[in-house]
Amino acid sequence: MKVSLQDHVLVPKHEILKESEVEELLKLLGVSKEQLPKIKAMDPIVKEIGAKPGDIVKITRKSHTAEFSVFYRLVVE
Amino acid sequence: MFPKKISAIKFEVLSPQEVRRMSVTKLVTPETYDDDGFPVEGGLMDTRLGVIDPGLKCKTCGGKAGECSGHFGHIELAAPVIHVGYAKIIARLLTGTCRECGRILLKDERRDKFIREIERLKSLGQSYEEVLKEVFRLTKAVKKCPHCGAEQLEIKFEKPTSFFEVIDPEVKEEEKLTPKDVRERLEKIPNEDLLAFGLDPKAVRPEWLVLTVLPVPPVTVRPSIILETGQRSEDDLTHKLVDIIRINQRFIENREAGAPQQILEDLWELLQYHVTTYLDNEVSGIPPARHRSGRPLKTLAQRLKGKDGRFRGSLSGKRVNFSARTVISPDPCISISEVGVPEEIARELTVPIFVTPNNIEIAKQIILRGEHPKASYVVRADGKKIRIIDTNKEELAEKLEPGWIVERELTDGDIVLFNRQPSLHRMSIMAHYVRVLPYKTFRLNPAVCPPYNADFDGDEMNLHVPQSLEAQAEAKMLMAVQEHILSPRFGGPIIGGIHDHVTGLYLLTRGNKEFSKEEALEFLRSVDVSEIPAKDKYTGKEIFSLILPKISIKFKAEVCQGCEVCKEENCENDAYVVVENGQLLKGTIDEKAVGAFKGIIIDEIMRKFGAMATKKFIDDMTKLAIGVISRLGFTIGIDDEDIPREAAQQIEETIAEAEKRVEELIKAYREGNLEPMPGRSIEETLELRIMQELGRARDRAGKIAGRYLGMDNSAVIMAVSGARGSMLNLTQMAACIGQQSVRGERLTRGYAYTHRTTSHFKPHDLGAKARGFVRNSYKSGLSPIEFFFHAAGGREGLVDTAVRTSQSGYLQRRMINALQDLKVEYDGTVREQTSGVIVQFKYGEDGVDPRKSFRGKAVDVKRIIKEVLGEVKE
Ligand SMILES: [Mg+2]
Ligand SMILES: [Zn+2]
Ligand SMILES: [Zn+2]
Ligand SMILES: [Zn+2]
Repeated sequence: MKVSLQDHVLVPKHEILKESEVEELLKLLGVSKEQLPKIKAMDPIVKEIGAKPGDIVKITRKSHTAEFSVFYRLVVE
Repeated sequence: MFPKKISAIKFEVLSPQEVRRMSVTKLVTPETYDDDGFPVEGGLMDTRLGVIDPGLKCKTCGGKAGECSGHFGHIELAAPVIHVGYAKIIARLLTGTCRECGRILLKDERRDKFIREIERLKSLGQSYEEVLKEVFRLTKAVKKCPHCGAEQLEIKFEKPTSFFEVIDPEVKEEEKLTPKDVRERLEKIPNEDLLAFGLDPKAVRPEWLVLTVLPVPPVTVRPSIILETGQRSEDDLTHKLVDIIRINQRFIENREAGAPQQILEDLWELLQYHVTTYLDNEVSGIPPARHRSGRPLKTLAQRLKGKDGRFRGSLSGKRVNFSARTVISPDPCISISEVGVPEEIARELTVPIFVTPNNIEIAKQIILRGEHPKASYVVRADGKKIRIIDTNKEELAEKLEPGWIVERELTDGDIVLFNRQPSLHRMSIMAHYVRVLPYKTFRLNPAVCPPYNADFDGDEMNLHVPQSLEAQAEAKMLMAVQEHILSPRFGGPIIGGIHDHVTGLYLLTRGNKEFSKEEALEFLRSVDVSEIPAKDKYTGKEIFSLILPKISIKFKAEVCQGCEVCKEENCENDAYVVVENGQLLKGTIDEKAVGAFKGIIIDEIMRKFGAMATKKFIDDMTKLAIGVISRLGFTIGIDDEDIPREAAQQIEETIAEAEKRVEELIKAYREGNLEPMPGRSIEETLELRIMQELGRARDRAGKIAGRYLGMDNSAVIMAVSGARGSMLNLTQMAACIGQQSVRGERLTRGYAYTHRTTSHFKPHDLGAKARGFVRNSYKSGLSPIEFFFHAAGGREGLVDTAVRTSQSGYLQRRMINALQDLKVEYDGTVREQTSGVIVQFKYGEDGVDPRKSFRGKAVDVKRIIKEVLGEVKE
């Protein structure tokens, strides 16, 4: 049986950022990819959504105070 | 200059060749200075090692004192000695390798497996200490070398630097391994095997861990000081090096003279001792080397270690100028934003005045002044500092021109930073305005005690004077006391009324008390109010309303007894506070309204009218409270805890009854009739039931006492208003102290193995008395046995606080280290300062400043709704 990690209540939404979105994000923050927080390529959720090293994953978490909080991580080896 | 990025730092062990290579000379004589006071050649103060006396020149580089940073020398040790710092590694190597062929006592495949594991952990940046321990454990058990087949003997390591080989474990026959033997064995270990011991053959050869040549640090590292008597006093390191050279030379002489083996061995031991204590003078197992005066010497390890060591003392912590420290004491008459500074300190500290065409006349006058806010120095445009004295002040005032700096003594209105350690949060350093006052203590308003966590039992505080206009502006804007009334810790006020402030306002506002015009004026004497309505009688609530800004709020006071259905405005306890448009209509003002941590009114004023208005309110509120309590009088005495005979009788009966029930419980337990509680053993059940029974008895006793003490009792007033103390404290004073406990259990241990707490009881006595129940009150006094139990319970509290403070202190150090380079940028992201790495995309995930939050929540929705609906009058 194959289960989707994303279906679990404790796993926040992970999605791969499109090329154009990546550019926009990096420009907005004024940083290079390397200055973003990292996530391992072997991380189960990264494998599930099929992100490759160099991709940026957008994580949308639920927050008690802000409803949603957005986080970005660079996929690394 | 471009900053360079350090990618790695690698530590290696100095080889003997390296020590000789970097040495400028070999040192051979223990003498330091000759009769004329010149450094002896080949001695420890040899001028080739650098110079410290002005006038002399370094023989190596020609530099004068201050120019030449010094050069290393070396001592050729007559016999090898163990380096204490490496003794443990040496022990592992000796145990793990063959005594004949020097190979590791593992088959090659096994060895390679361990090496790969170490490499793996290294690449992950993790500790591989566990692997090394495993290698040690395995090799220790090997009896026969897997490479040459030689029998292995057990190696015994005796701290700090001795090694033995166990020849026959039966008769405990042991043979000492001299450092020379050790070194020969280490020489035989091949490079390929070293990796399995966690050593990098490129960085270290194991035989280098046994010293044959000792580097001697330059004299600049161990300068001698000239005492007032003109005598030279050498540095501790020099003393130790003298000892080493002396014994070293004696060893050589004796060996050349063909002295008996025993004498040579003794000298060798002595040499080992001196080298060991030179490296570390706090090694366990050997006595520390001492100075002639009996003081232990501070040698190499002692220079680095501990609080005053190089790392924590010199690199992380430095001393500062323009600061002062003294004992603090309270002054309720000054504002919370002020600090009282003793004249003596104000005359010592200075503030720079940067002279411009606009202020040059004022600056001249300050230079010419003869008393207190005088100028102490002028700094010329070229940077030269001149002390102002009576004879040169006219001349200096004349010469004064824009660009100069006049250093003026601290005076009223200057901004300073005030600090109390441990500085655990931002409110531990706040900016205050100076008030120069007589006497020798710093004075502060008691309302600012909570953020500093200060009291006046001898606490000392530090004061710093900002030395630039930028720093002064920053202090005034960002660090001022009123900017810290709300705490980022919990989004509520941390500065507010304490102790008598709370009691005073409670006395003023409770019920519908009326005060005469004279009384009202006296209450308000020191308070800053401009208009008082003309009346003959004032209620306390009216007087309090005079200092209240125009706020509207409703809340339950601290005195609220939590009735099942709150009658709100109609509370007959006057516990429901109603403030409308700055008028206190109903309710008692107490800790909940103006207290330092709860202070709902303070909170409300801060949100509505801002920092300055709140500061004024706190100043007025504390002064009003002090005015009231001074006029009405408020004391507590021993007879305040007196209870009538019938109350004492009732308490006595309650406790006797409970003790009887405890006896019954014990009886049931002994007869096996006690029903265990779910998930508990019978013993645990008994203990719990007894604790419950006695706890209830004390509560009941407290209730009885409370009934008779009444609401006009001073201690009761303080407890219910939240000013100080609790009803439990009162119970213990007036009725019954109750069960003493250690680690949450009744007292069980004591008096040897006889199963009783003290010898006054029969063994196995489980009764209330025998297990630390104190039926007396503090007022009635404890029996000797009760007193002993009370001390046992009290000690636990002391030990706990002692342990907790040290632990939280270390936790704080670690956390600051981890977080010190993080900053919230203007775009709301949290970034690491040097690398620009992003840590959070929005501070705290929601971008909320906890200080501006509503008690931790981002917004106070209720309040917004009320304001929108117009329920709160603006
Ligand atoms: Mg104190
Ligand atoms: Zn030199
Ligand atoms: Zn061997
Ligand atoms: Zn009520």
